[in-house]
Amino acid sequence: MSELRGIIVSHAAVAQAMVAAVRAITGIDNALTAVSNEGCGTDQLAERLRDAVGEGPAMIFVDLPGGSCMTSSTRYAKQHAEIAVVTGVNLAMLLDFVFHRNISPEEAARRAVDAGAKAIRVTAA
Amino acid sequence: MTLALYRIDDRLIHGQVVVGWGQPLNASFIVLVDDEVSSSDWEQDLYRMGVPPQIEVIFASVDQAAAQLSTWEADERVGILLVGDIDTAVALAQRAPQVRSFNVGGVHHRTGRRERLRFVYLTDDEAAKLRQLAAGGVEVTAQDVPTARAIPVGEFT
Repeated sequence: MSELRGIIVSHAAVAQAMVAAVRAITGIDNALTAVSNEGCGTDQLAERLRDAVGEGPAMIFVDLPGGSCMTSSTRYAKQHAEIAVVTGVNLAMLLDFVFHRNISPEEAARRAVDAGAKAIRVTAA
Repeated sequence: MTLALYRIDDRLIHGQVVVGWGQPLNASFIVLVDDEVSSSDWEQDLYRMGVPPQIEVIFASVDQAAAQLSTWEADERVGILLVGDIDTAVALAQRAPQVRSFNVGGVHHRTGRRERLRFVYLTDDEAAKLRQLAAGGVEVTAQDVPTARAIPVGEFT
C-alpha cells in the first residue's frame, strides 16, 4: 500500500500555517500539502484540489464542516476513488496522521476523527 | 419580515453567507435557487451540511422560485436568497418582478472573465447583463461581507 498523502483545505492561510507547524514539530515535510480557498470560486478550488491531490490515495482535511472547502472536497472525493474527507482539522490529528500513513483512506479518516477529538478538552485549572 | 438579501455567489452556501450575513441579519431560512442543485439530493445534502440546524434551507429551481417568491417575501422570518451565477439572477428577476435588489457577493475567475473587484470577475457579457438588470430597476451592488461598502454597479462593470 502506498503512503497516503494529506491535503489540508482551509480558509485564508490556516492550512499553510498548519503544514508549517507539523514541519516544525516533526521535521516531516513531504506528507502534507496546503490548499487555500482564497479568491476561489467552485471551479478554481476544484482545480487547486486536483493539483494538490494528484494520483493515488489521499486524505483531505477540511477546516469547517460546511462551506466551500468542504463542499469542493466532498465533491472531489465522490468523483475519485481512494480519497477520504474529514472536517474540523486540528494539529493533533495531523501529527497523528503523518506518522500513520500506510493505511487506507477510510482507516486514516477514523484515526483522524479519534485523534482530533481527543485533543479537545478543558485543561486542569 | 422578508427576504433581506438577494445574493449572487458562485460558492452558494458557505461561511460568508451563513455566518457573515446570516448572523447580523438573524436569518432563519436560506433559499438556494439553482436548477442543477434542486434536482440532486446529493448536492442538497452537501449544502445542508454547512448550515446550523436552526436555519431552514429551501432548494428551488428558477421556475419554482419565481412561483414561490411572494410566499417567502411574506414569511415572518428573515431569509436569504442565493443564486450561483448572473444568468440565474437575470432569469429570476425576469420572471419575478418582486426582485428589487441583487448583491454580487462572489463571482470568481474563469476563462474569459476579467477582474472587476477582488471578489468579482466578469465577462463583458456578464457585466452588460448586470447593467441591464440595474437599468430594469433592480438595485445591483457588490459587497462580499456586511462590513464592506456596497459598491454600485456602475463602479465595477
